[in-house]
Amino acid sequence: MSRSSGSRRVLAPAAVLVAALGAWQLAASWGVLADALSIEPFLIPSPSEIAEALWADRELLAEDAWVTLREVVLGFGLALVAGLGFATLLHLSDTLRRALYPLLVASQTVPIIVIAPILVVWFGFGIGPKLAIVALICFFPITVNTLDGLRSVDPDLVKLMRTLDATRWRTFTRAEAPSALPYAFSGAKIAIAVAVIGAVFGEWSGSDAGLGHLMLQASAQLETPLLFAAVVVLSAGAVALFGALSLLERRVAWWGIGNDG
Amino acid sequence: MQTTPEAPVAEPHLISDPDARGGDPPAVSIEGLAHSFGELEALDGVNLSVAPREVVGIVGPSGCGKSTLLELISGLREPTRGRIAVGGEADAEARLARSAYMPQRDLLLPWLSALDNAALALRNRGARRAAARAEAAPLFERFGLAGFERARPAELSGGMRQRIAFLRTLMSGKPLLLLDEPFASLDALTRAEMQEWLAGAIEAEPRAVVLVTHDVEEALYLADRVVVLSSRPGRAVAELAAPGARRRPRDHVVTGPGFAEVRHRALAALAEGSR
Repeated sequence: MSRSSGSRRVLAPAAVLVAALGAWQLAASWGVLADALSIEPFLIPSPSEIAEALWADRELLAEDAWVTLREVVLGFGLALVAGLGFATLLHLSDTLRRALYPLLVASQTVPIIVIAPILVVWFGFGIGPKLAIVALICFFPITVNTLDGLRSVDPDLVKLMRTLDATRWRTFTRAEAPSALPYAFSGAKIAIAVAVIGAVFGEWSGSDAGLGHLMLQASAQLETPLLFAAVVVLSAGAVALFGALSLLERRVAWWGIGNDG
Repeated sequence: MQTTPEAPVAEPHLISDPDARGGDPPAVSIEGLAHSFGELEALDGVNLSVAPREVVGIVGPSGCGKSTLLELISGLREPTRGRIAVGGEADAEARLARSAYMPQRDLLLPWLSALDNAALALRNRGARRAAARAEAAPLFERFGLAGFERARPAELSGGMRQRIAFLRTLMSGKPLLLLDEPFASLDALTRAEMQEWLAGAIEAEPRAVVLVTHDVEEALYLADRVVVLSSRPGRAVAELAAPGARRRPRDHVVTGPGFAEVRHRALAALAEGSR
């Protein structure tokens, strides 16, 4: 991609964002939004007030962000290991796949978020239930995407590997797994986005730290600038994690989906 | 022996040559072969014998079971009826161990360099990367691919990719090469160039070759003998001795005396079998 179209790609959404923030700033300072909703003006902080809160409470926000980041990254890591392992197992064993794949899909009808309170009862208020929720949420997209990638490898490539003296395992490690890697990455990118939701929900279900916990506190005390500041930090973190995965993908799985020969 | 300027220098037996002994069984021996997929009869009554180091071309209309024939020979499939032996062995695993298959699409692995793609069979057998590369590198030199060792498949032209795919087949070190429409996806000019290149490569590294193609000219230029299959279910309807022209430049051959006549006979047989 050329430099000009690359910068245009960033410029256009940035311009929209700046315009929206400007409109919000004006609407908040003139009290237009508060009048429209018939609420007190202090409940609708302007972008500049949120920025002030971000700076003033930076230590508090950083501490809580660190707690939430750990939950997200560790939970995601657990799901990654389990999901890649499970997908490999289901790919290599037809029996297991036939027995477990329908159950895996059916399990998605259970809204994992509503079992969060149960997990808190079992694991207490520490990091345990948050990891469990994040891992459960991340597991499905990683497993299903990886398995899809493994199943969609060109059958001719598998035949070719056989005539080139590859064992079943070598066919897997040299041809199927690299072919499926871009699929695993797209599953992981979906997972990291929902992981943040999972961590916050885990914190809402019972916790004494984390951005989700901070949001509940700020909300209860009507500290709306701090509440918005926590949302900003959370969103920025989610975008950063997604971006990091995309960068990694471009480095280690650059051949992309559907390019298995 | 005369070599063409572009052709690899004939310096045979660098790769282990399992057919060097005398009195070997035929590279391929097929008797009364028939194969069907459920109701669909793909092949019916094919008999074929290929001598060690003989190049046999197989032509036939689309869907006559040419590709199925190669999969059957290679041991990837077992026939419904009949017997197939490769190097005297009829067992599927033994056939698989003796034949190397080059598919129509190159199926190069996009994440590997050209050199690593060519050396894939060695790596599959457990060779270390450095050892496999060291064995493949001289072949790049000999077959006019020097300088492309580190290129990724996506950076290479269709013709170059097919050359790498052929080297990968050759480097499996097997006595029988099964080539399935190797140049079907290339433009006419590249195809002619590749035919000449392949002719040189086969001369430099003699093997028994079964070449499946729908291009009569290609078969007659590259092969020692051409078998014409009928449309489905595929039967052998004609067998022609090709002019044995691989050692000469392709342009001289296809415009030379005798070629037009044998080409005409092959096309007539093809038309007859397609009816």
